[in-house]
Amino acid sequence: MTDSQTSTTETTVGGTAPTSFLSVRDLRCHFPTDDGVVKSVDGISFELERGKTLGIVGESGSGKSVTSLSIMGLHRNVGKKNGPRMSGEIWLDGQELIGAGREEVRKLRGQKMAMIFQDPLTAMHPYYTVGQQIIEGYRQHNPQANKKAARDHAIQLLDRVGIPQPDKRVDQHPHEFSGGMRQRAMIAMALANNPSLLIADEPTTALDVTVQAQILDLIRDLQQEFGSSVIIITHDLGVVAELADDILVMYGGKCVEKGPADKIFSEPEHPYTWGLLGSMPRIDRELQERLVPVQGNPPSLINLPNGCAFHPRCPYADRTEGLSKTEVPRLTSVGQDHLAACHLPLEVRQQIFTEEIAPRL
Amino acid sequence: MSEESSTATATVPAPKAPAASEGEALLQVHDLVKHFPIKKGLLQRQVGAVQAVDGLTFDVRQGETLGVVGESGCGKSTMGRLITRLLEPTSGKITFEGVDISHLSTAKMRPLRRDIQMIFQDPYSSLNPRHTVGTIVGAPFRLQGIKTENGTKAAVQDLLELCGLNPEHYNRYPHEFSGGQRQRIGIARALALRPKMIVADEPVSALDVSIQAQVVNLLDDLQTELGLTYVVIAHDLSVVRHVSDRVAVMYLGKIVEIADRDSLYASPMHPYTNALMSAVPVPDPSRKQEHNRILLTGDVPSPVNPPSGCHFRTRCWKATEKCAEIEPPLVALKTGHQVACHYPENAPTDVIAETITVSKEAGEAVAKAAEAAVAAKAEETAEAAETAEVAEVAAAEEAPADAEPEAAEAAAEESTEAVESTEAAESTEGADAKGETKS
Repeated sequence: MTDSQTSTTETTVGGTAPTSFLSVRDLRCHFPTDDGVVKSVDGISFELERGKTLGIVGESGSGKSVTSLSIMGLHRNVGKKNGPRMSGEIWLDGQELIGAGREEVRKLRGQKMAMIFQDPLTAMHPYYTVGQQIIEGYRQHNPQANKKAARDHAIQLLDRVGIPQPDKRVDQHPHEFSGGMRQRAMIAMALANNPSLLIADEPTTALDVTVQAQILDLIRDLQQEFGSSVIIITHDLGVVAELADDILVMYGGKCVEKGPADKIFSEPEHPYTWGLLGSMPRIDRELQERLVPVQGNPPSLINLPNGCAFHPRCPYADRTEGLSKTEVPRLTSVGQDHLAACHLPLEVRQQIFTEEIAPRL
Repeated sequence: MSEESSTATATVPAPKAPAASEGEALLQVHDLVKHFPIKKGLLQRQVGAVQAVDGLTFDVRQGETLGVVGESGCGKSTMGRLITRLLEPTSGKITFEGVDISHLSTAKMRPLRRDIQMIFQDPYSSLNPRHTVGTIVGAPFRLQGIKTENGTKAAVQDLLELCGLNPEHYNRYPHEFSGGQRQRIGIARALALRPKMIVADEPVSALDVSIQAQVVNLLDDLQTELGLTYVVIAHDLSVVRHVSDRVAVMYLGKIVEIADRDSLYASPMHPYTNALMSAVPVPDPSRKQEHNRILLTGDVPSPVNPPSGCHFRTRCWKATEKCAEIEPPLVALKTGHQVACHYPENAPTDVIAETITVSKEAGEAVAKAAEAAVAAKAEETAEAAETAEVAEVAAAEEAPADAEPEAAEAAAEESTEAVESTEAAESTEGADAKGETKS
C-alpha cells in the first residue's frame, strides 16, 4: 500500500480486463502543491455491474469528487509538471482509461459515460440556450444528425426529464429555469447519448427536499428505462439509501468500508460509518436527547495522520493495542461482499456494535 | 484540534428545558409584511413587488426554540432579517419585550442589538478574512462601547472557550480554521453581548454531517447554560425536529402551519407539511421499496405574482375552487397547533377550534356564522360548514364591525350551494359543535 505510490507516478497499464462493467483498481490521484502533495485519492478499488448503482459517501475533502473526475478523465495536465499524478486502472466495458489517450477518452465521454454535476448554474453555460448545450454533445457523437433532428432529440429529452413545454423551453437560457428545472436539464444533457455509465456528483445538494425527491425519482426511473450503471456521490446518507445497491464509504482519500447498502445501514463495521450514522438526526426514529457527533475535524490530505487516518477521531482507537497509530489498516472481508478497513479485532468490534452502536441506530 | 471540540461537546448533557408551552412571549410578530419593490424604466416607477413576506403572525416565547422551515424562496430568511430589524417591514408590527421595534431608526435600534443577535449560514463569507478571530469576536464590544472587567481580550477568550475553541487562537485568521470551527467563531461573536434572542439562519447547512452534530449540540448546551431563545431557520426537517420546541412551516411568504414539535411531526395537518415530510430521504434502504411518498409537481410559484386564495393550491392535490377564491386563515385545530388549510389532514375528528378570543363587536357576527353552520348541518353539506367556519374566524379576526355581517351573510349564501366534499362528516360535526359552544 505504502511503497507503491512512489513508484507509480506515471500511468500504469497492464493487468487483464475484468468481467464487470466498470472496474477501478487501486486508483490514486495526487496533486502536487506548494505545501506538499495532496493525496486526494489514495488506493480506491471497486467494481460496478451493469444496471447497478454505487453510492460513494464521505465528508467534503474525502476524495469523492476527485474519484469521479478521474473516471471521466477530466483532470487537466495529467502527468505533466505540476499536474496531478494518477495511477491505477480504470476499466470501462473492457477498455482501460488511465493509459488511454485524451482523444480516446474524449470519444467515450458523453457517449458511454456522462456526468451530472452538483450545481447546474455553474455547470451550464449562461450564454447558450439549454437546447444548444444539449445538442452540442449529441452532434459531437452523432455527426450525421442534422440540426433539425438534433433539436427534436433535445426536445424529446427535455420532455423525458419532465420539463413542461419542452418545445419552448429548448430555446431558453439556463437563468430562465428554476433550480429543479436546471438540474433536470442537466440530466437531459447527460442522457443525450444514452450513456451506459452515469456519474451523479451531489446531484441534489443544491435543491430543496421536495425537488430532491423529484430528481431522485427521475434518476431511478431513467436507470430502469435505460439500464445504465449509476455512481452517486453524496454526503447525504438518506439520498444514498434511496438509490444505491452498494455503498463505498470514503475517509481521507481511502475506502474505509464497502458493501451492500442494507448491510452498511444495518450492520456497519467501521467506526467512521458508526459515527456518520450516529451523528445524523433522523426523522424516522424516536427523538434522541442528544446527537452523538464524530469528534474533531476532518484530516488534512497533505499530512494524513499516521496509521489509520481516522484514529485521532476514533473513540475506539485505544482498543487496537496501538496498531491504529502505526499501521494503515487493510480492507478485509467482514461478511459477504462486505469489506472494512479497521484494526479493531472482530470480536471487539462486534461487541462494541451490539452494546453501544446498535441501540442507537 | 480534536481536543477542543470534545471539551465543548462534553459539557452539560442536561436535557433541554421544555419551554414549549409555558413562558412569556419575548417576541411578538403581528401581520408582518415585506414587499420588495420592482422598479423599471427611466423614472424608476414601481411596476410590481416581490411579496417575500406576506402577513406573518407568531410569538416567540422566552427560552424556547422556534424552528422555521420551508423551501428556498418562501421568505424564511427575509423573516429572520425582519425580526432582527436588518430590514424594515412594509407593514405589520414587531414587538420585542413589549417595545415596538418595527420602525425604529438605526440609532434607536442600536441598544437593542445587544439583545438580538444573528448566526449566519455560510461561515466562509460571514467572517472578514482580514481580521483576526480576536477582532471579529471582540467587534461587538468595540461597537457598543462596552468595557469588560478584565479587558476585551479576556472576555473574547472566555467566549472562545465557551464555544469550544482554543483561547490561544486569538490571533489567528479565519482561513486557518475548518468550517465547523468557523461556525463556532460566528456563534462566539453572536454571544459576545449576552443576547436574549438569537436568530440562526441555516446554522449547520454548510457543514459536514459529522460536524453538524457538534454545532447542534453546542447550540443546545449554550441554550441551557445561558437561557437563550432561538429562532432557527433551516430547510432540513430532521435538524429542525431535533432542535426546536415549536415549528413554523412557511410557504410563499406565509405561515401555513405552526405547532409544537411533537404534534407537528406526529400529525402534520397541512398538505404541504405532509409533502415536505414525506420528501425527506430516510437513511434506511429497507424503506426504499415502500415508495408511498407524496411527490409535489412543479416549483414554487413566483412571489411577484402569487396565486389567489391559498398560495399552495397550484401544487396541492386537494385543491378545489374554494381554495382559489378564499384564502384559508391560520386557525388552531388543536391546542397549540395552528394550520391554514380548508381541507386539513390528520385533523382531530371533533374539530373543536380553540376558543378564539372574540371582541365584543365581533360577537354578533360569530353568532350569525354559527347559525349558518347549523343551517348547513341541516342540509348535511360539508362545504357550507367549512365556509361558515371560515366566516367565523374571519369575523373574529377582522375587528371592524361593519365588515362582519357581510362575511356572515356571504357564508350563509354559500351554505345553500350544496357542494359535495370528501370530508363531509367530520367537518359538519365540528362546525356543529362550535355552533353550540358559541351560541
